[in-house]
Amino acid sequence: MGFIDTLWEWVAVIVGIVVVGGGLVLGLMRGRGGRSATLPRTGDTGGIPDASEVRPSDRPGGIDTLPRPDATDIAEAEPDAGVVDAPPASAPTIERPEAPAGRLQRLRARLARSNSVLGKGLLALLAGGRLDEATWEEVEETLIGADLGVEASTQVVDALRARVAAAGSTDEATMRGWLRAELLALVDPSMDRSIADSRVDGRPACILVVGVNGVGKTTTVGKLARVLVAQDKDVVLGAADTFRAAAADQLQTWGERVGVPTIRSDRDGADPAAVAFDAVSAAAEFEADVVLIDTAGRLHTKVGLMDELGKVKRVIEKKSPIDEVLLVLDATTGQNGLRQAAAFTEAVEVTGIVLTKLDGTAKGGIVVAVQREVGVPVKLIGLGEGPDDLAPFDPVAFVDALVD
Amino acid sequence: MFTSLSDRLAATFKNLRGKGRLSESDVNKTIRDIRLALLEADVALPVVKDFTHRVRERALGAEVSGALNPAQQVVKIVHEELVAILGGQTRTLRLAKTAPTVIMLAGLQGSGKTTLAGKLAYLLKGQGHTPLLVAADLQRPNAVTQLEVVGERAGVPVFAPERGNISGHDVVTGAGSGTASYGDPVVVSRAGIEHARAKQYDVVIVDTAGRLAIDTELMAQAGRIRAAIEPDEVLFVIDAMIGQAAVETAEAFLEGVDFTGVVLGKLDGDARGGAALSVASVTGRPIMYASVGEGVKDLEVFHPDRMASRILDMGDVLTLIEQAERAFDKTQAAEMERKFLAAEDFTFDDFLQQMAAIKKMGSLKSILGMMPGMGQMRQQIEAFDEREFDRVEAMVRSMTPFERTHPKQINGSRRARIAKGSGVTTSEVNQLLERFGDAQKMMKQLARGGSLPGMPGMPGMGGGKRGRQQAPQRTKSKSGNPAKRAAEARAAAARASAPPVGSAGSGAAFGSGPAAGGDQTQALDPSQLPKGFERFLGQ
Repeated sequence: MGFIDTLWEWVAVIVGIVVVGGGLVLGLMRGRGGRSATLPRTGDTGGIPDASEVRPSDRPGGIDTLPRPDATDIAEAEPDAGVVDAPPASAPTIERPEAPAGRLQRLRARLARSNSVLGKGLLALLAGGRLDEATWEEVEETLIGADLGVEASTQVVDALRARVAAAGSTDEATMRGWLRAELLALVDPSMDRSIADSRVDGRPACILVVGVNGVGKTTTVGKLARVLVAQDKDVVLGAADTFRAAAADQLQTWGERVGVPTIRSDRDGADPAAVAFDAVSAAAEFEADVVLIDTAGRLHTKVGLMDELGKVKRVIEKKSPIDEVLLVLDATTGQNGLRQAAAFTEAVEVTGIVLTKLDGTAKGGIVVAVQREVGVPVKLIGLGEGPDDLAPFDPVAFVDALVD
Repeated sequence: MFTSLSDRLAATFKNLRGKGRLSESDVNKTIRDIRLALLEADVALPVVKDFTHRVRERALGAEVSGALNPAQQVVKIVHEELVAILGGQTRTLRLAKTAPTVIMLAGLQGSGKTTLAGKLAYLLKGQGHTPLLVAADLQRPNAVTQLEVVGERAGVPVFAPERGNISGHDVVTGAGSGTASYGDPVVVSRAGIEHARAKQYDVVIVDTAGRLAIDTELMAQAGRIRAAIEPDEVLFVIDAMIGQAAVETAEAFLEGVDFTGVVLGKLDGDARGGAALSVASVTGRPIMYASVGEGVKDLEVFHPDRMASRILDMGDVLTLIEQAERAFDKTQAAEMERKFLAAEDFTFDDFLQQMAAIKKMGSLKSILGMMPGMGQMRQQIEAFDEREFDRVEAMVRSMTPFERTHPKQINGSRRARIAKGSGVTTSEVNQLLERFGDAQKMMKQLARGGSLPGMPGMPGMGGGKRGRQQAPQRTKSKSGNPAKRAAEARAAAARASAPPVGSAGSGAAFGSGPAAGGDQTQALDPSQLPKGFERFLGQ
């Protein structure tokens, strides 16, 4: 008992101290007005991440911003004759990927499969004839169930209710039209969804791909490279994911299949900013159209890692402006996707979203919330594991797949 | 920004004060708030419905209408129900009677299975087991290589007879969905068990490929792996960030591999983790571990009560305490305790020590964020600059050792010297000394057995964490009138943007001196804490 008592007491002291510290700090800050703003930012404790947030591999020389401290081997495209003799779909020669234009049509079935519950369920409810309170609630719940978020769902339901109240008609065709219009308004077809895919001002366009762990960044980079190759672009890949084991190998293999060079470090744990810089330099040298840079997955709450990402961006910008920052979001992500988008936007100014794994049970409704709150459009969607299952996001086709 | 459920409920009930009992419409409004809070935390809809139904029943019962503060009572009910669903108590791994214990991992792509394999192996190795990792993910590009790297980091051998997919990209099956495997994972898993038996490893962890819930073929394959290796535990790994898809996914996996436990991945992010509730509630399987980082050590036993607080955004005092324990070293703590009990004066040396420890705990922002009720002052927390800590430290460092132990002896000329030495104005030094004097008073008051004003309800915390009996009755605040205090603090909060001037209430220790300090006092005020809070801390 005595022990617990004292243990508790000193815990109280700590908490007390925290309060004290906070009080002091806030008090002083207020007392001194805005003076702290003019101080040079050196050796601050707030900005520097604590050690636990810095990945071990970054520690040696992690602060070094000098470009390329290490040799990188430029993997030229070589046909790589049958090293891998895998049973299905092995690719000994450079492949000719499918053109992106018709992709969404082909993938429509898959999209519909994932979303059928949403569209069909909604229509069944709405066209059922009687629209009472319980039905509206169910409609709202169906939308929430798609991770649309409470706010957007309520908005759609309210809009539909208003239309029904005004027109009084509830036959299926009308309802379908209204639902389509509302959902379309939700995904906002007016946003610019083009990707920076050709040379800008006589230099290669630079695309940086970011996201949290396990959303499929490397795969997206590989697939996007195929999309660009299909459009006859010269592409260079930069494997700036130096943290995850074998990530660079994975990217390199993607590149080799379509004859695209991959710039990588020859060892794990190299400075990702240096690799990115090399990639951009190499792309300029090769006079490529686009350079795609893959980064390591990082949770948006890890200050140290987000700072690292900021550094990657700054270092790249020494060589060339970044034209596109794509945030990869897993379609299964819930409301946390919003925070991810906000955090990454703050760190590196995200310009577009890639929604992956949309072929599963997830509806990916979170992108609606992200578009609304963060103002970043969805540009690409991943609808399967095949190499050509990445399609440009087309709001109209997307909504049609939902409603039809 | 979302405010915590307790805050929102408090607002709902504000108008009801003095009513004595709740009408049905009051309860309905409350239920709507709860529903919204849970949905925002990504709890799946069917689970929310079921949950709110149960809460409604209890809220309409005598429990609430009889309570002095209905809002707190409702939060308490919600919290209790959450903990009940999340598993009441934590469960650890069941080990087989005859070695080897076989553990199989399953989950969606990218949920963190391979990483978890390493963490689990590391944990078990630390407990004196000899784990073996089996690489049965032959689909994902380089998964086998990754497992080998992870195994190396954990210092655990990896059994990998097949190289798996080394082509660097997914390979699609004829059907156009799902990926093909390089080699047969069932054979590999079975061989892994044999290998473990022959080499006398006592735990085998089988890492399988990620699969989609709707991919019947792969799900059947997972079922075959399960049948072939007869695992003692099948762990379902799920991303804490997952949204409404959690239920369908969990159901599919329950049917496919009949998992026995759940591991929450990526809980170190800021996801509120409603998925945990969904999965636990839909499948009835306990959540056993939470993955909280990328290193092999970052695996924690799951705490249902903390998760409940997290879902409700109630702060996480227990984690705060654990961090504090890690940051403060034992001898320091013992010395502090001795001083404290002997009612010795708190000196600037102690202060420095504690500041260093707080810095070790991480940023002050994250620490404050973990305290209950801090949600409402999140903006203020965001706004302040942690470098101010350094300035305070500079002032203390500019004092002589004598001055540090005898703050009362610091006269005008000494103050001028300290100000010069640390590059601040004399008035800042004055302010520091003044507050420090208050702090000393507070410490003494604490040592005499009184609680901090605004910090009752916290005894038993330590005990709670260890699951021991609760310490004696010390919850009563000694300070005269807590309500008035809270009111003052609230007034201070209103002035928060204005400079503090000399408005600090002299009687209130410390906290309520400067404006924002007042907020903190308020945040810890018993009347602001949900009632259920002490209870779950104290159990």
